[in-house]
Amino acid sequence: MDFGVFTEALVFYLFAALAVLAALGMVVARSPVRGALSLALVFVALAAMYILLNAPFLAVAQIMIYAGAVLILFLFVIMVLNPRTDILGARSRAQTLTALVFAGAFGLLMVIVLTSGQLAPPTGKFPPQVVAAQGHTEVIGALLFTQFLLPFEIASMLLLIAIVGAMVLARREKGARKNIEG
Amino acid sequence: MITQIPLVYYLALAAALFCIGSFGALSRRNAIAVLMGIELMLNAVNINLVAFWRYGAADPLVDQAGIVFALFVITLAAAEAAIGLALIIAIYRSRDTVNVEEINLLKW
Repeated sequence: MDFGVFTEALVFYLFAALAVLAALGMVVARSPVRGALSLALVFVALAAMYILLNAPFLAVAQIMIYAGAVLILFLFVIMVLNPRTDILGARSRAQTLTALVFAGAFGLLMVIVLTSGQLAPPTGKFPPQVVAAQGHTEVIGALLFTQFLLPFEIASMLLLIAIVGAMVLARREKGARKNIEG
Repeated sequence: MITQIPLVYYLALAAALFCIGSFGALSRRNAIAVLMGIELMLNAVNINLVAFWRYGAADPLVDQAGIVFALFVITLAAAEAAIGLALIIAIYRSRDTVNVEEINLLKW
């Protein structure tokens, strides 16, 4: 994708701000449904980032898997359990403080690392036009079935185990049913 | 010059999202909200992988390991969400709560 310099900067800042604001909205939201929808906004903004980084396949996968599957799963569980909205907002002052200290310490570490100038300069030698012209979905497919075949198979086994495990875990047992209904 | 946005900007965005996600995961008591925070952290890591691929790979057309890694992270996140939510449903069935502070069977 051949972005102009101005367009690229505009898209980056727009979606970066959207992602950060939506993430903050997710963290402070009292209603679980509102938090899940803010998370959807983050996913969409990150898909825009992937397109900006010349990874359109990953952008589509992001929308399909995260916004399409994972988020619907979250919304379904929220709908099934229907937890009271006050539970989500409730938090103790000490816990918030602890979380602030840990997240802040990590943020400080990141600021120090990123501003230290120790990062190697970009070494890629292909302009975006070349990457876009060739397309990379084909290359990813070939890599998945050659160089990364073993991780690919392990990932498929993992997904199978996750499906079976989720079904076993969420299955209603006979004793439990008596407890809840009785 | 490859593109006009420096690599550090993407890393900074990822770091910011990771911080927000870890704050969400640590500060919430609702197990569903904790899982959402973890999903946000995994997404932030994905930006790093893709940005390093785009800016760091010697030949972005052939060397797509960064993209493949990001794909595996997405797979893991999906599996983790499914198992985590199934666990939450199972716990809600037996203990009638999703508050992580009340789920303390293994404490002490």
